Amino acid sequence: MSDFSITIQMILVVFLIVSAIGVSVTKNLFMAVIVFMGYSSIMAIVWLFLEAPDLAITEAAVGAGVDTVIFFLTLKKVHALKGTREG
Amino acid sequence: MSDNRSFWQRLKGWIDGDEVIIDADKYISTRERKEIAPGEKRVSVEHVRSNNPTLYRVLCVGITLCFIVVMLMVVMDLPMFGDPGSPTNNEVAARYLESGIEETGAINFVAGMILDYRAFDTFGESNVLFMAVVAVLMLLQRDKKNISAVEDKEMAEDEVFDGQDSKIILKKGAKCLAPIVILYGIYVVLNGHLSPGGGFSGGSIIGAGLILYAAANGHKKMQTFFTVKTLTITSVCCLLTYCGCKSYSFFTGANHVGWEVPKGTPGDILSSGFILPLNICVGLVVACTMYGFYALFTKGEI
Amino acid sequence: MSHLLTNYYEAASVILFGIGFMNLFLQNNLIKKFIGLNIMDTAVYLFLAAKGYVFGRVAPILTNGIIDADYYINPIPAGLVLTGIVVSVSITSFSLALVLRLYKHYGSLNMDEILRMMREEEGE
Repeated sequence: MSDFSITIQMILVVFLIVSAIGVSVTKNLFMAVIVFMGYSSIMAIVWLFLEAPDLAITEAAVGAGVDTVIFFLTLKKVHALKGTREG
Repeated sequence: MSDNRSFWQRLKGWIDGDEVIIDADKYISTRERKEIAPGEKRVSVEHVRSNNPTLYRVLCVGITLCFIVVMLMVVMDLPMFGDPGSPTNNEVAARYLESGIEETGAINFVAGMILDYRAFDTFGESNVLFMAVVAVLMLLQRDKKNISAVEDKEMAEDEVFDGQDSKIILKKGAKCLAPIVILYGIYVVLNGHLSPGGGFSGGSIIGAGLILYAAANGHKKMQTFFTVKTLTITSVCCLLTYCGCKSYSFFTGANHVGWEVPKGTPGDILSSGFILPLNICVGLVVACTMYGFYALFTKGEI
Repeated sequence: MSHLLTNYYEAASVILFGIGFMNLFLQNNLIKKFIGLNIMDTAVYLFLAAKGYVFGRVAPILTNGIIDADYYINPIPAGLVLTGIVVSVSITSFSLALVLRLYKHYGSLNMDEILRMMREEEGE
């Protein structure tokens, strides 16, 4: 494993931590879900670096797809989205 | 609620169902509160949380930081990352890698592991998915008791919005993309034993494709081929097939003595015993579950 | 310290677990709490997968017909995490369904307010 690859992985890991802190700090629920979606996408890339392609496929479909959709539907039902009802 | 019976009697009563509180609300309202003696000082988390938020915050941050520091010190003593001699890479993994192909016939070692060596575990996980969708169905289905006028109004507004031709980009995009996404999901499921993927990954891709189609074309069109009946029948049939496929080892002796499923040539699509049908079962269960969640969260019915 | 830099995946997963844990403690919003729970989930998966990785080896799928335990990484963590990811989605949906029912009854997502209203209802 070359130094270049290790550097990229460390940057990805730092991204993970930064987006996790971002989710916790932001007051806006919409932003929180969007950042969490980015967190899942970065996680999918990390799985590829860890030589686990099965996990990468699953995480990309589940974390960035289904999970985010379900969070957004919940936000819509509890009227926490701007531009829908009494947002 | 008399508690002077023996444990066995209480267990028997619980199984017979006589301990079920029928008027739970009434019981809770007439229940005696525990009186707090005036001199007694009670310090609970709830108390600190409501009376002294700053102290609560400081305590939480302190506890979590302590936890992180202790765990980081543990990490310092762990074996090096990527070390081939670490205790994780023991004889179990070596056995799976060395004799996995001749014992299971699957080229993807992970598929061979979760659907052959540890198939019982995967069976449990599939049941967890089915139970989760049933629980969400119980919580969110719009029936006589779970209905409100405000929600009905919102639903009607959404329906009007769906009827308008306002989402042309979404509709055209979904028309091109949804078949490709679902086809890719089917590919991933069918090639689970030959390439990365398998039932869980492919099922969630198929579920995402179904969600895309439903989001573009509305709930009515989806209901022409996918109703709650489809979901239950597909899931239950798949789980029963899984159960039947794996219980053959109980009927033929613990180590499949006497009769074994032909493994075929490793690398062919029709090979590796029961892994292909089991992948299809798991994939269908996962796809139904994912779409079921979406439908229940949008409309309250599948 | 250099050991932490080599074990950076494990260190990061511990820190992520801590962040998710702090979310569970300090957030009053129920949806934020469940996002924190999801972060804790992924942190545990990251730790497991990092323990199975070995330098210079390839993914556990037969390549070039080589059957040798020293050529592939450990397949066990991948198998454990694969089922875990899908189950975590169902747990998330179930908890969000509970949140929706709470919102329908109390009209709020704030846990303090919900607890206060619950106490008022019970006190009546």
